[in-house]
Amino acid sequence: MNSFANRFSTNTTQLHSPEEDNFSDATWGSQAGFGNIAMGVPTFSIPDVADPTSFLQLHTDDHADPNCRIKIQHGTTTLAFRFQGGVIVAVDSRATAGSYVASGTVKKVIEINPYLLGTMAGGAADCQYWETYLGMHCRLHELRNRERISVSAASKYLSNLVYSYKGMGLSMGTMICGWDKTGPAVFYVDSDGTRLKGDLFSVGSGSTFAYGVLDQGYRWDLTDAEAQELGRRSIYAAGHRDAFSGNSCNLYHVKEDGWHFIGNYDISKLHYDGPGDVPGAPEGGYGYDIRVEGLSSANPPEAAASA
Amino acid sequence: METSFAITGKGYVIVAADTTSARSIVKMKIDEDKIKTLSPHLLMAYSGEPGDTVQFAEYVERNIRLYQIRNLYPLRPSAAASWIRRALAESLRSRKPYSVNLLLGGYDTASHDPHLYWIDYLGTMTEVPFAAHGYGSYFALSLLDRYHNPEATIEEGLATLKRCIDEVAKRLVVSPGKYKVKIVDQDGIREVEL
Repeated sequence: MNSFANRFSTNTTQLHSPEEDNFSDATWGSQAGFGNIAMGVPTFSIPDVADPTSFLQLHTDDHADPNCRIKIQHGTTTLAFRFQGGVIVAVDSRATAGSYVASGTVKKVIEINPYLLGTMAGGAADCQYWETYLGMHCRLHELRNRERISVSAASKYLSNLVYSYKGMGLSMGTMICGWDKTGPAVFYVDSDGTRLKGDLFSVGSGSTFAYGVLDQGYRWDLTDAEAQELGRRSIYAAGHRDAFSGNSCNLYHVKEDGWHFIGNYDISKLHYDGPGDVPGAPEGGYGYDIRVEGLSSANPPEAAASA
Repeated sequence: METSFAITGKGYVIVAADTTSARSIVKMKIDEDKIKTLSPHLLMAYSGEPGDTVQFAEYVERNIRLYQIRNLYPLRPSAAASWIRRALAESLRSRKPYSVNLLLGGYDTASHDPHLYWIDYLGTMTEVPFAAHGYGSYFALSLLDRYHNPEATIEEGLATLKRCIDEVAKRLVVSPGKYKVKIVDQDGIREVEL
């Protein structure tokens, strides 16, 4: 009877996706993408509830609009800013479907080519597909003109493309970042057809929290280490305050010789221990309670204090 | 959209609330004081449904005063907070509840420490080192996680408050124009210009 029951009981250890644990930090870099092949047969992750179908229906866009299939990536925090030393791009890694955390290991920075990065907010598939497609056209531009495409031109190509689909359900809010003849550049492009050139952008449900930290710490003449620290801290702030962002932070730095992957940082670890031995980072965790441990607002007069 | 902030520091609480009173898309008044002095060491910033806010604040104000007259001493901040929370919670379960969000800042003259309570219209209450209500909270809370110092002097506290106000002014589309700022510490309550 026991073995019979076991066969049909929900085994959480089996449902837990093996991808989550077996990824080493190295796979967050450019060599990633072959992870699931290396790991053998891919499996589905299923919400750990009695009726996964109705659960998903309740927690996705499906319940508002039956024609709409699952669209994850609603909650996100992405940011990019330009400074003296290049461009910093930092994103979280959480994918949510309603209140369900569908994944904690999403790559929200899309490596279009060695000089261009795109960020992902809105529809995951839309961003991934169209930014990869953008990469193809950037390569064609190189072959035709014997010159790398400017960030401005690449972002305009994308914005014209999504504009031609306006009203047809595309959903993306992205930053196209890179280094070209004019130096570091950041463009914000969204599926409404908006395209903005700027120094500093943050997109997604956690963007307000990221802005709060980012704006206050931002200067053009930040050093490389300071800038990376600011990007990391801002994503941490959003991961901490926004329920739809979190898990980990992916950090990229675009310099004159193209983009560099700086690292993947667990947000809980950032909270309690900080980023570890990283240039620009202070000792200890980013968390408020960790930072102010031992401090007190009480202000007893001398006599009362000694009593 | 209405915004209010409060920050504790070494022996004080700073409470700030915007001064606009809006109806639909129109600003009806730009110098409204939305922070009430409930007792010599107790401040309350209120925001929410127009009409409810002032009605509820005055109801609280008079009851706190009545307690002081009857007993010859005022309620301590924690006791006042509990009473106010209960008033909201009972109202929530009535035919017509008050939709009012509160920040209650007080200085406990007996134990010499500042207290700040974040209370919402559902009767949620929590004691916090810093707090915000309204759209401003989306920008200020992460900022305060980063910059708030429990041992800051009043000057440092006001500088941190200025950061919050500037950030909201910079990023929020419908940002409020002016704020009224009040401080409560061992010497009582005073208003300051930022």
